[in-house]
Amino acid sequence: MSLVISHLARRFGATAVLRGIQLEVGKGELVALLGPSGSGKTTLLRIIAGLDWPDAGGLSFDGTDWLGKSAAERRIGFVFQHYALFPHMTVRDNIAFGLTVLPRAQRPGKAQIAATVDGLLRFLQIDGLSDRYPAELSGGQRQRVALGRAMAIEPRVLLLDEPFGALDAQVRRDLRRWLRGVHDSAGTTTIFVTHDQEEAFELADRVVVMNGGVVEQIGHPDEIYDHPATPFVARFLGLTVEVPVAMRAGRAQAAGLDLAALPRRALPDGPATLFLRPADIQPVPDPAAPFRVTETATTGALLRLVAESEAGCRIEAEVPRREARGLSVGQPVGLRIVAGQIFPGGAPSAAAPTDASRPLKEARP
Amino acid sequence: MSVAAVTGFPAGRQKRVLPGFGLTMGLTLTYVGIIVLLPVIALVLKGAEIGPVRFWEIVTAPRTLAALRLTITAAALATVFNAAYGLLMAWVLVRYRFPGRRLLDAMMDIPFALPTAVAGLALTALFSENGWYGQVLAPAGFPVVYTIWGVAVAMSFTSIPFVVRTVQPILEDLEPGQEEAARTLGATPWQIFTRVIFPAILPAYLIGTTIAFARSLGEFGAVIFIAGNLPMKTEIASLLAVIRLEEYDYNGAAAIALTLVAIALALLVVSNWLQSRLTRRRVPA
Repeated sequence: MSLVISHLARRFGATAVLRGIQLEVGKGELVALLGPSGSGKTTLLRIIAGLDWPDAGGLSFDGTDWLGKSAAERRIGFVFQHYALFPHMTVRDNIAFGLTVLPRAQRPGKAQIAATVDGLLRFLQIDGLSDRYPAELSGGQRQRVALGRAMAIEPRVLLLDEPFGALDAQVRRDLRRWLRGVHDSAGTTTIFVTHDQEEAFELADRVVVMNGGVVEQIGHPDEIYDHPATPFVARFLGLTVEVPVAMRAGRAQAAGLDLAALPRRALPDGPATLFLRPADIQPVPDPAAPFRVTETATTGALLRLVAESEAGCRIEAEVPRREARGLSVGQPVGLRIVAGQIFPGGAPSAAAPTDASRPLKEARP
Repeated sequence: MSVAAVTGFPAGRQKRVLPGFGLTMGLTLTYVGIIVLLPVIALVLKGAEIGPVRFWEIVTAPRTLAALRLTITAAALATVFNAAYGLLMAWVLVRYRFPGRRLLDAMMDIPFALPTAVAGLALTALFSENGWYGQVLAPAGFPVVYTIWGVAVAMSFTSIPFVVRTVQPILEDLEPGQEEAARTLGATPWQIFTRVIFPAILPAYLIGTTIAFARSLGEFGAVIFIAGNLPMKTEIASLLAVIRLEEYDYNGAAAIALTLVAIALALLVVSNWLQSRLTRRRVPA
């Protein structure tokens, strides 16, 4: 493991922004820090960069303590959310900046700097823009220049703060694939911050889900998607339907719900909460079932419906509209659950411990 | 009824957000015409009456030349001082948080608010041989009152806020990300200042120092008390114009005044040209 973060804590005044972060990042890995605003992900990135300092904990790279080193000594490449390009310099001068500020003894010659910059311009596919100023570039082009400037110093770790945050949807998707390609061919270790789940999952080898200054879960995107480790992660990943169930011998039970598809869980008998994605709920018309369709709405492709039981349980489901035969308001339905995640404890207070940290503010916007 | 119908603009043409463009523009032009442009034109016409030969004689007379030389040299001295000190003060006010910062910030405007004659009297009292500063400086062989240094001190006092107040807002609005980016790229604090911060504030800084210089050239009230106004030695150009006027030598007064105006205008042109060169390509797309 090249980058090791241990028990990292940071407070801003009375607010604990990071509360004991543990994380290891391997060489050549592409890791996403994913979380809502206020989760501390940007602060963590800034501490790794040497732009902020923790109150407690350790940070080392290849066995060297990085907390004793300045940002410059760490040799990291940082790409800022709004790029922070130097407005009075051309694209070429922006990218060359990190090389031209080296101490004279280490500084490459003019020709060599020019060659490096040319190489980067080609690599980032912006060779036609070398004499433009940042004000004359589009958002996506600025993004590439910012990345080129960070890569020119051959950083040990590349850090990106919301790299696509300021771009529109189409450019975002294009740049995402392009960045993955850049990462793979440059072979750098890369960490990026995002609040966009799709972005994190599509791009990263591993995703670190953060909330309220703690790491909620670390894992491969598929692993996190299939097995959210905490109620917070479950909700964050779209498991927005919460149903109280009773555990008996490792099986969840609830009136009107067909839970046979769920695997056995090693949970104690007693109350628990089942987290579901609306799309993982299949309503089946059944005159004897306790649920009744009370609302329907269509998006064209999907039929969204609300089913309510006499006991007052309200569940939202989503089915492909063309397969939704006979699901009209008033229809009694049984609900077949395809997949879901069970956490011990009753709903919705079960989620309270992770939720209590919500009022945290994002320290650095 | 649509807005277009009311204002008489054909529908589909771009409408202005605020109404009353014609009225406000007219008032602005009237003001600039009557208060700013007309006096300058009158001065130029007056100067033109003199004729080039006589004009040249007046301006190159030893006493006029001495006054102009003193004025320009002292203004240059004051501007060099203000450029350095004004930048430093703006930096301190923007970059550090300390008790009394707001008070210090408010004090920057004192030279603007204080009547220049009062400033001149106060400075004279301080720098005269029995004043607080003078009794130290004069025995040390550095007399200030009745020398070019006194003139420069008075000029610098009244014009330093121009530098501080033009640089300050630009410095405040600098994006911290740029400095942080420079830091992560390995720049030293000095390199960050010279290569990132200074180029960003340079256009405003140039404007501020130019206006300070122009203001110093024309400073009158504060200077005449501390200068002693010895002809050929410590007599500033605008005072000489007043003296000529009192002697009913209108041509003499006009020629000197015109020379001062020409220098000031040239300064503004040069500074605007420099500024537009520096900012031409920085306008957000």
